Amino acid sequence: MAEPILQLEGVVKDYGTEVITRALDGVDLRLEAGEFAALIGPSGSGKSTLLNLVGLLDRATAGRVFVAGQEVATLDDRGLTRLRRRTLGFVFQFHHLLPALTAEENVMVPLWAERGRADEEMRRHARELLGEVGLAERAGSKSGELSGGQQQRVAIARALAMSPALVLADEPTGNLDTKSADAVFDLLRRFNRERGTTFLVVTHDPRLAQRTDRIVELVDGRICCDNPWPPRGGERPQGTMAQER
Amino acid sequence: MPFEWFLALRFLREGRLQSLLILAGVAVGVGVIVFLSALITGLQASLVDKTLGSQAHVIVRPEEEQARVLGNSDAAVTLRRENAPQRRELIDEWQPLLETIAAEPDVLAVSPVVSGPAFASRGAALEAITLNGIVPASFDQVIRVSDSIVSGRFELSGEDVVIGRELAEDLGVAVGERIRLDGGEQRSAVFRVSGIFDLGSREVNERWVFVALRSGQSLLSAGNSISTVDVRVGDIFAADAIAARIAERTGLIADPWTKLNAQLLVALRSQSASSFIIRFFITVAVALGIASVLTVSVVQKSSEIGILKALGTSTERVRRVFVIQGGLVGLIGSGLGSVIGATLALFFSRIAQTPTGEPTFPVDLSPQRFLVAALVATVTGLLAAVAPASRAAKLDPAKVIRRG
Ligand SMILES: Nc1ncnc2c1ncn2[C@@H]1O[C@H](COP(=O)(O)OP(=O)(O)O)[C@@H](O)[C@H]1O
Ligand SMILES: [Mg+2]
Repeated sequence: MAEPILQLEGVVKDYGTEVITRALDGVDLRLEAGEFAALIGPSGSGKSTLLNLVGLLDRATAGRVFVAGQEVATLDDRGLTRLRRRTLGFVFQFHHLLPALTAEENVMVPLWAERGRADEEMRRHARELLGEVGLAERAGSKSGELSGGQQQRVAIARALAMSPALVLADEPTGNLDTKSADAVFDLLRRFNRERGTTFLVVTHDPRLAQRTDRIVELVDGRICCDNPWPPRGGERPQGTMAQER
Repeated sequence: MPFEWFLALRFLREGRLQSLLILAGVAVGVGVIVFLSALITGLQASLVDKTLGSQAHVIVRPEEEQARVLGNSDAAVTLRRENAPQRRELIDEWQPLLETIAAEPDVLAVSPVVSGPAFASRGAALEAITLNGIVPASFDQVIRVSDSIVSGRFELSGEDVVIGRELAEDLGVAVGERIRLDGGEQRSAVFRVSGIFDLGSREVNERWVFVALRSGQSLLSAGNSISTVDVRVGDIFAADAIAARIAERTGLIADPWTKLNAQLLVALRSQSASSFIIRFFITVAVALGIASVLTVSVVQKSSEIGILKALGTSTERVRRVFVIQGGLVGLIGSGLGSVIGATLALFFSRIAQTPTGEPTFPVDLSPQRFLVAALVATVTGLLAAVAPASRAAKLDPAKVIRRG
């Protein structure tokens, strides 16, 4: 891997103008293509803030953020939109889908937003992705007609629609029961293996974190631990899934 | 379908009750505007029509000094003045004048007229009249008498006379019967009634009498001269300008119909002004309605907007989604409103009928009216959407997504 898909150098993020909250306090992080990393930490430790910066939804107060080799501070609004569209996929904890749209249309949104016009190829692509997340027959359903787990699977299909290099997921299983959470997590894993997509997944659930290749832990806006998983000397070597492929 | 159109339509369909309410609001507004302007335009057109049904658009007459200079000797003028002080000055060399006026742009027809006071009598009945010596073919181009003939024909050979309905009743004559016309100065002759007209005005029907130009000239002692040149123009609201041009070109006085109907014109103007003010405020109300509904919709949809932006939808596209909604609401609402307005107008014109079953005035439902309504409503919708749309476009996706 010549170039990391994601690189943070001394990233600081402050909120507020009078009372300043330092959400991130000098974060260095490097993510290689193909990694599957969990971001854990107590509530309020800055996980979502970090994801928003990486997701180009917000700008850092200090430090440098590189996504796919581009320093994001140099990009204007349009440049950010384009980089976001081409490189990044999102799975949110809330607001999974646009309720006014069907599952298929939701999956089409990123491509549609880029090309402006829907075509048959775009629909076929969306249906294929829905098939891959096991929802081929729910393509025409509005999101209100889907269960929470199904909605999150549609959101995953949507995150993958542009074949992004890096998928950011903020507690994607936070609202799901254990069984659905497992299914959704399996899906993320599978795409990581099959396509080599890089994942950065925020989770509260230690059980799920242990199914990743790497665990990054934030405490009070700083990275306190960053270890490959399973730990060195465990039953699996440091080598990650990506390297196994 | 372009993404922003798809989203705009879907958002409108999804916000069913809201969309229906604002559509109804726009429809009612546009309906009232269409109804009101159809009514007022129809009313005005019929007023103008009635007025101009028996009036030339421009009447060209001599200036007093000029008439004196033209032709006649001082003695003749003096004589004429003394004998008939009410009689107007005359135009002598009028053939080239007709051509000059007819050559002016937007002049449709010109006709020479000799006119003056006279008396019509039959047996013991005697009525004061205005005698008009005319050339029927060209006069009919200026004032459509032939369309208003109720009995007989609009024909004037040497001994024919065409009179109005009321005069015919007052004298007790019918077509084919004879009356005597007396122009004063012992000039009188017997004419045969060849036609009876109804020009829609009691005064005109009582007083106007048409004879051939030559007969008129001889009854009124006008020699070969005429009193006025009557003119029909293409655009009646350009009559002032055309009259001014004719006056300048000929050195004569040219009175447009507006000068002779100043009061009517003031009434029309103030009617138009009040209707404009009403339409303006309705348009403002419609714009505010659309803007407020869209603003609420932007707030309600802020999470969707955040997702769209996070997924790479450009700010410009998001803005367009809402601007399109405003335009669509205006367009569809104006379609419904046109139907409402047209229905109201037709209904109204049906109940406002004369005893004979004719509408008192026709409502003006020209397609142009609906096009204008649709255009104004659509543009209003687009403009009303600008503020909510930029609000949507400016939404910060990070905030929306964080809120949960
Ligand atoms: N928009 C904001 N304005 C002010 N403070 C914020 C904002 N977003 C997050 N914070 C603060 O930043 C810190 C980190 O928040 P967050 O990144 O959401 O943590 P996590 O996702 O790990 O729970 C918290 O103290 C939170 O209150
Ligand atoms: Mg969070």
